[in-house]
Amino acid sequence: MKVLIIDDEPLARMIVQEYLQDFPVLEILQECSDGFEGLKAIQQHRPDLIFLDIQMPKINGFEMLELVENPPAVIFTTAFDEYAIKAFEAHAVDYLLKPFSKDRFNKAIQKWLDSKNVPASANTTMLLEDASQSPSQKHRVVIKIGSKIKIIPVTDIRFLEAADDYVKIHTAEGSFLKNKTMNHFETILDPAHFVRCHRSYILNVQHITRIEAYEKDNHIALLKSGEQIAVSRSGYAKLKKMLDV
Amino acid sequence: MTRSPLAVFRFLRVFIAWWVVWAVLQALLLLWLGLEWQKAVIDSAVSNGLSAVCCLLLCYVMQFYLPQKERYWYLLFISITASSLIVLPARHILESIYPDDVAYLLLLKNSFPIRWGFALLLVICMSVICVLWYSFQEQQETEQRKNAAEALSKEAELFALRRQLQPHFLFNSLNSISALVGSRPQEARNMIQQLSDFLRGTIKKEDNPFVTLEDELQHLQLYLAIEQVRFGHRLQVQTNVEDASLGQLIPALILQPIVENAIKFGLYDTTGEVKIGINAIAHERQLLITVENPFDPETAQPRKGEGFGLSSVQRRLFLIFARTDLVSAEASGKLFTITIKIPQLLYESSDN
Repeated sequence: MKVLIIDDEPLARMIVQEYLQDFPVLEILQECSDGFEGLKAIQQHRPDLIFLDIQMPKINGFEMLELVENPPAVIFTTAFDEYAIKAFEAHAVDYLLKPFSKDRFNKAIQKWLDSKNVPASANTTMLLEDASQSPSQKHRVVIKIGSKIKIIPVTDIRFLEAADDYVKIHTAEGSFLKNKTMNHFETILDPAHFVRCHRSYILNVQHITRIEAYEKDNHIALLKSGEQIAVSRSGYAKLKKMLDV
Repeated sequence: MTRSPLAVFRFLRVFIAWWVVWAVLQALLLLWLGLEWQKAVIDSAVSNGLSAVCCLLLCYVMQFYLPQKERYWYLLFISITASSLIVLPARHILESIYPDDVAYLLLLKNSFPIRWGFALLLVICMSVICVLWYSFQEQQETEQRKNAAEALSKEAELFALRRQLQPHFLFNSLNSISALVGSRPQEARNMIQQLSDFLRGTIKKEDNPFVTLEDELQHLQLYLAIEQVRFGHRLQVQTNVEDASLGQLIPALILQPIVENAIKFGLYDTTGEVKIGINAIAHERQLLITVENPFDPETAQPRKGEGFGLSSVQRRLFLIFARTDLVSAEASGKLFTITIKIPQLLYESSDN
């Protein structure tokens, strides 16, 4: 069975590697020092299990997992993160709080071996939903374009548009697709700046210049960039309340 | 206990001078009205002597009893009573000294309302001065108590701020030690030593909250050594400190949170090697320290403000120097720079 270790501290990777020597069935494919390397390695090798740190350069462990289709089973290794711990308790195979003992490590592996019949990706997906409530996730959105990874600060987002199973994120640099739902974004984005003005649109109010009437009950929001967004009747009420008019 | 204004020598002199002048004026006035100088002097001495005694008594009593703010009208009542206690006995005494001098007795009778009026004015003046004096003293005492309480809480807050330690750092360091124990025990032992020295320095309770830059840098060196073990070659630190600034004073443990921020910012916002720069120069009675770290201007945006940990440094410097302009941050290109200024004027007062 194939294993991947993703951690930005060399010594932290070393100890996992050392502890794994007692499990000859587990083969370490690669050690990665950040999320980008990790993502590449996961796509290349399709490991069965990964050891994942949370706090890493550029994108954190959760953000990296978000970009993986059918994520493998995950054992988190981290020092301290109250939000993450909540998420782990619900769905991760296991989480190891650094520094962890050999016994504790063995237990985590055993737990994984015992539960191997359960598809890992279902649990991991649920884990990500919970983890997305953590504060860092509210400040940026991480997306993958081909083999490249893009980090978008939420302040750069003009509006979000529903697009089948995806959400299209519109920014000054163009628009990007992310495989999440509109409801997901509606809950994680700061309600002081973002408003669901229509079934298919979430709007960043800081980019609005004007709101105009358009046929009967409908309105249109004009953005600074010139784009026009449909506003439903209930959306108009929300906007009015938010802008205090 | 509040002091009476008459216990202050300066005020006592003014008080006596005032009464002498007043007595002379009254005697002169009586002379001018046609009284013989002997009678004028006795008249003036008796009435002014009584009013001086009465005012002294009033001043003494008010030392123990001061009317509440809402009851200042009591003052009027007290003054009327006190002035009667001056003029009535004075008239009685003077009448018994010259029982047969009809002209003088007539003058005494006719001037009685004027004498009363003046006595009343004098007493009111005296009581107002007393009230002002005593309330001022009371206020000063309250102020002193307040200052003492503030100083205490400030000290407690400073102590708490100094002791701030990131649990992340501690747990990750322990994890690194755990990893080293198996294969490189000597290095593990080294790191335990450095971590212990660092922690000891952090929780050290010293009377003097100021240390020299040299001591602070030594403490910082322990921290950096630990971080370099954790992150290996990724982390490089370049220290550039002017010799003249080494002896300058700096609040203990003020640099570490700034460097910690720079490292965190640098390590988690970029991939690859991270070079942290620490520079210090002495400049116009100020110690200027800059800490630089690389960052990615495209993604660093949401970091401004919170999670930045600089607020605690800012708060400490404000508590110590009462200035808010001592910490500044600047981003240019791919370099983020924090500058702190430590005024070097506080040598003596820092001991208090």
